[in-house]
Amino acid sequence: MLQVISLLLENKPGALMRVTGLLSQRGYNIESLTVARTLDPALSRMTISVEVDSSQRQQVIKQMNKLINVLQATDLTDAPAVVRELVLLRVKTPQESRTAVLKEAEIFGGRVVDSSTDGFAIEATGDAEKLGEFIDVMGSYGEIEVTRSGALAIALEAKKLRLQPPVPTGNGAGVEEKVI
Amino acid sequence: MATLMSGARMLLECLAREGVDCMFGYPGGVTLPFYDALYEHHIRHILVRHEENAAFAAEGYARSTGKVGVCCATSGPGATNLTTGLVNAMMDSIPIVAITGQVTSKLIGSDAFQEADTFGITRSCTKHNYLVKRLEDLVQTIHEAFYIASTGRPGPVLVDVPKDVFQGQGHYQPVTTIHLPGYKVFTEGHTGQIRRAAQLIEKSSRPLVYAGGGIVSANASAELREFVELTDSPAVVTLMGLGSLSSEHPNFISMPGMHGSYAANMALTECDLIVALGVRFDDRVTGRLAAFAPHAKVIHVDIDPAEIGKNRAPDVPIVGDVKRVLGRLNTLLAERGRKPTEDVAAERQAWWRQVRAWKREHPFDVPTSETEIKPQQLMREIDRLSGGQAIVTSDVGQHQMWAAQLIRFAEPRLWINSGGLGSMGFGLPSAIGAQTARPDKLVFSLVGDGGFQMAIPELSTMVSQGLPIKIVIMNNGHLGMVRQWQTLFFNHRLSAVELDSFPDVEKLAAAYGFKGRTIDKPWELAPALEEAVREPGPYLLNVKVTPFESVYPMVPAGAGISEMVLGPPQPVEVPAQ
Ligand SMILES: Cc1ncc(C[n+]2csc(CCOP(=O)(O)OP(=O)(O)O)c2C)c(N)n1
Repeated sequence: MLQVISLLLENKPGALMRVTGLLSQRGYNIESLTVARTLDPALSRMTISVEVDSSQRQQVIKQMNKLINVLQATDLTDAPAVVRELVLLRVKTPQESRTAVLKEAEIFGGRVVDSSTDGFAIEATGDAEKLGEFIDVMGSYGEIEVTRSGALAIALEAKKLRLQPPVPTGNGAGVEEKVI
Repeated sequence: MATLMSGARMLLECLAREGVDCMFGYPGGVTLPFYDALYEHHIRHILVRHEENAAFAAEGYARSTGKVGVCCATSGPGATNLTTGLVNAMMDSIPIVAITGQVTSKLIGSDAFQEADTFGITRSCTKHNYLVKRLEDLVQTIHEAFYIASTGRPGPVLVDVPKDVFQGQGHYQPVTTIHLPGYKVFTEGHTGQIRRAAQLIEKSSRPLVYAGGGIVSANASAELREFVELTDSPAVVTLMGLGSLSSEHPNFISMPGMHGSYAANMALTECDLIVALGVRFDDRVTGRLAAFAPHAKVIHVDIDPAEIGKNRAPDVPIVGDVKRVLGRLNTLLAERGRKPTEDVAAERQAWWRQVRAWKREHPFDVPTSETEIKPQQLMREIDRLSGGQAIVTSDVGQHQMWAAQLIRFAEPRLWINSGGLGSMGFGLPSAIGAQTARPDKLVFSLVGDGGFQMAIPELSTMVSQGLPIKIVIMNNGHLGMVRQWQTLFFNHRLSAVELDSFPDVEKLAAAYGFKGRTIDKPWELAPALEEAVREPGPYLLNVKVTPFESVYPMVPAGAGISEMVLGPPQPVEVPAQ
């Protein structure tokens, strides 16, 4: 099944590779992955949609939480969350259907970001299903080219972030768990 | 006061601060600056003859002491040669830090001479890895590496250091704290779950302890013994955990699993409660999961949250350091002081009678012969000479299983083998690490004629370091374990398992300047082993054993662990998967 995972991770070289490596070494195919800086530039927020055997969902989250660079991995598949995606689409339109295309775009909440005699570039956001319909409709007017961002998700309930405090070097002692 | 020094020198300062007294490595082009700094440093460097063995030796060192082992290799082929050792440390949770050289940072990505993507290649071979691109980050990184390797579930950490970082000059400022906000180490265990565990234990009629390598890693042997005695539970101890409860302890029921004892596997199958301590329900222990411990509730204590519920869903999960959790559980049980009810007490007595009966009915088989040396006899003799006190490092195969079955260990950190990865070639280099760490100990390196030949180059390391290791080759003329499977499951079609042209060990050892001998008669066994032990230096003893002996009991792949094959006369069917 398609699992939606939200990750908060350190913005460090290799951090992305560790996350994707965990999935690829298990033979899972990543449907989509988005990543960008958070308010704190030292951190990134990542949303991954990945086809995972349903019995392995928890294991995947646990393994991600074990990664040193990952501060928090959350399974949003069944959790209260908003999942959105951005589509950028260019459609070639003959003169006579330009108005119709604009109307349709409006129905889907799309916004024209560029217009030329050839046609339009349109952006739209929404859930994957709605965007699929939008793309189909646009395709019926003429040749299209599409870029999708992949799912972006945010949980609707804040989850406690457990961060570890600094520890002294050279003693290899255990850390105490602390909630910040 | 910060002192001006090279990156290489700083690295050595960090190692010294972490208490490193020796490391295993092999130099090369990009590590030249590091070796140059080492030239005038007190840390002992042991030159191995292949980088894989630097990692294995570091693991032997770590396993025998509990300290972090350190190995070092150059870029490219040096680093790729390390990888098997890294995966081995990953699978068996052994704390090691590997330092690799990398090409000069501005050449990275240009297919420079001896460049390999060590950072990428070792991502999945390590608990964590680093590529240090700036000298300013070096000191911090090295301390982080040691911290990560040695805490939580231990494992290998690799630090890849470009040549220019070794060479760069900077002001060395000791780092006293590190901050890894996302590195969660769970130690205490949940109080509520510990209480629930105590309640389950008190009510259980047929409790069983299933203890493993985590007890060794956590130095929790004393707590384990106390727990076992407090609850008077029989205890099965896994391949990785042998020694964590003395083999002489009356509650010790030997190893479970594919070549485990009849009693251990039956006890797992019939118990009503498993107290799983620092184990991971490995497939070689559980056999077919659906048939594993069908009547048991499970209390699972492990420091790695991802191990809990991975293969078997527990009734009471406890994430924590098994030493602390067991300590608290012992205190709680003692405080509660609940005596089992009369019914439970009677059932527990019956349970013990049953377990003892299983032990009596099918102990490990030790056949004898007038003319040939039986492999099991060899293990018996090593056991006799060791008396539970010697370090035994093992390679992988039949000899490893017979050793695990028949050699006793009074303490943890004496039995050192490659469990999770099952990596042939481990036996000799790990002995080099262990003997280096514990020069006072008698160290047997027990190897097959196959695995020995994967490690022959290290004879030279052993001799040059003056390590008095007793190498015992269990020579059956075959890749014995593979031969066993071909015999049992592939209709005796022996394919690519015969090892002919084995070298004359007397000459081989003599070529390296030490003593070697081959024996093949039962009456030679004890005196030859005694001679090996008496010899002040190393010894290479080649013991020719019955070539076609198989290890029993054996749980066929895909079968439940109660469906053991106990010996050769029984017909063996290939199980339906
Ligand atoms: C590096 C490596 N290659 C292959 C194997 C597969 N394997 C497992 S046991 C074994 C046979 C080992 O033969 P030997 O060293 O003679 O020991 P024996 O089983 O005879 O005791 C082999 C080839 C392995 N475990 N490790």
